[in-house]
Amino acid sequence: MTATNTLAGPVNPGSWQYRQLNARAPGLSYLSDALSALVEDGHPVMAGTADLQYSNGLARFAARYPDRFIQFGISEQNMVSAAAGIATTGVMPFVATFASFLGLLCCEQIRMDVAYSALPVRLIGHHAGIALGFYGTSHHATEDLAIMRSIAGLTVVNPADGPQLAAAIKASADHPEPIYFRIGRGQEPNVYDDLPDFRFGKAIEHETGTDLTIIACGTMVHPSREAVRALRASGLSVGLIDMHTIKPLDRDAVLAAAERSRIILTVEEHNILGGLGGAVAEVMAEAGTKAVLIRHGIRDEYSLIAPPTHLYRHYQLDAAGIETVVRDILA
Amino acid sequence: MPTTAIAGPAPDPMGAGRTLTPEFLAPETPTPETIAHLEERARHVRLETIRLIAIAKVGHYSSTFSCAELFATLYYDAMRLRHGEPRWPDRDRFLMGKGHAAVGLYPLLADWGFFPKELLDGYTRLGNPLGDHPDMTKVPGVDFSSGSIGHALSAGLGMVMGGRMMGRRFDVYVMLGDGEMQEGQVWEAAMAAAHQKAGNLIAIVDRNGYQLDGQVDEVMGIEPLADKWRAFGWEVHEVDGHDVAALATLFRRLKQDKTRRKPACVIARTLKGKGVGYMEREAGWHLGYLAPEDEAAAIAEIMGQPAGSAILQGDAQ
Repeated sequence: MTATNTLAGPVNPGSWQYRQLNARAPGLSYLSDALSALVEDGHPVMAGTADLQYSNGLARFAARYPDRFIQFGISEQNMVSAAAGIATTGVMPFVATFASFLGLLCCEQIRMDVAYSALPVRLIGHHAGIALGFYGTSHHATEDLAIMRSIAGLTVVNPADGPQLAAAIKASADHPEPIYFRIGRGQEPNVYDDLPDFRFGKAIEHETGTDLTIIACGTMVHPSREAVRALRASGLSVGLIDMHTIKPLDRDAVLAAAERSRIILTVEEHNILGGLGGAVAEVMAEAGTKAVLIRHGIRDEYSLIAPPTHLYRHYQLDAAGIETVVRDILA
Repeated sequence: MPTTAIAGPAPDPMGAGRTLTPEFLAPETPTPETIAHLEERARHVRLETIRLIAIAKVGHYSSTFSCAELFATLYYDAMRLRHGEPRWPDRDRFLMGKGHAAVGLYPLLADWGFFPKELLDGYTRLGNPLGDHPDMTKVPGVDFSSGSIGHALSAGLGMVMGGRMMGRRFDVYVMLGDGEMQEGQVWEAAMAAAHQKAGNLIAIVDRNGYQLDGQVDEVMGIEPLADKWRAFGWEVHEVDGHDVAALATLFRRLKQDKTRRKPACVIARTLKGKGVGYMEREAGWHLGYLAPEDEAAAIAEIMGQPAGSAILQGDAQ
């Protein structure tokens, strides 16, 4: 991927924009490319962002389809309400900004104009969780899943990687409800090959185990898979489920895992309150499972600032950390 | 059903071309018959507002009375609509930032055949789609839901952008309260609409001077309002919001001007509670309830009968 062949204007090779659009964040290309594929398939798609076209890679889409791209400037609330207005005309709008701003600053516009109005707007919250590292806790989104999950009529998806995001975007063409896509910073290793199978609300089971099953979402699927491989290699029976759709949650997958395993461990780049762990807890409590639930994530605190990889290590949200958490539980 | 030269359910003469032609439009100056019709429709808005709020027992009388002529002029002269076709894709759109005046809009939507008139009789009752604030998922003809002040201009801009991509040319009218000018999102949308050269976006500010806690300019001053809109890149018109002839002329001119690249803002100077003397004279009618004798007096005054002294005994507090 190069920046120069997809942008309308030249981009200085030494600039931050160039770095964003190149191999430094390859996952960013999936968003633009998936939207372009929808356009090529004849879907009436528009995209918009709030002064972050390089951060989310939509610059690629904007260069390809300038008439289908709206630069909203730094006005996230206006962007979300306008997306709702766009959707009333038969156009399917995708609007993207940092998850921290989309989920919290625009919460009421999402509830009123998008979800309550039942309009097929696609909201892309990128750099979710602690992906913005040292940019500051202001930029971390560890509450967005809890907020979005409580908004009626909104589908909430947290893809594991770029290919799964692309598959979810492709599937969204036939999805009548509004959708919140929660994605990372485009630097995560891929879990899947191009365009894996994807169905909203249908979890993906990677491994089954009797000792413990990890239910992970988003950027936590890859390190969880690495951890599960190491744990299984040492003789532990550990399963793994990619719960890419937080709402509607795949209850059957949760209950099957809770039937099979003694312990369920949720892993999320989010506060352990209200997100994936909260959603799984509700299902298990209501069903009265014998399995015990342990939630792993940010423990109801404001995340520290540091380079993201340092933060993942600190919060035991990398492969080694998740492996340690499981070994401690099973010890 | 309502019929006027502009608002009638005539087919689009340009077909897929979507460009409105001068011959499709009525002359700028409304005829005496049109003026009388619009005044009668404004009276209808006020009478229906009183009738419906009597069902709910509490409602936004004065906020609706201030924009009765705006409702009438838009729905019976300015807007292109088709009777019985609330989802006609090329229709003009109407959004309300001040959704609390929806009680005055519903009778017009019923008149356009968008839903059965009998629904009005169950206003706000359990299971009825008509609430104090309008809901697009429940009420055919409501182009956008409202209730949280400050979102409507953004949504209207989105309709302009979506229509542009889909190759449709319709006008989008967004009625805002003057208290609503205090919401930051209004100015995000104002900036964006000028930037996007949304010439078919028309904001209407119902400048009735009051909000829930009192006079707008005492609660949080918004003047110089026209200068603010001009500074944001809008074409601004100030007009008497109760003069249907002036309103119709202005809206016709705005519709005919296909070269305008700026969005237009109409600041309609209005009286909160217009048409009922004691509401015009007393603050505090933003939300209210009328005792039967006050209701009768209000109806009599709206119907053009001289106001009796009993009217002044009305007290909503």
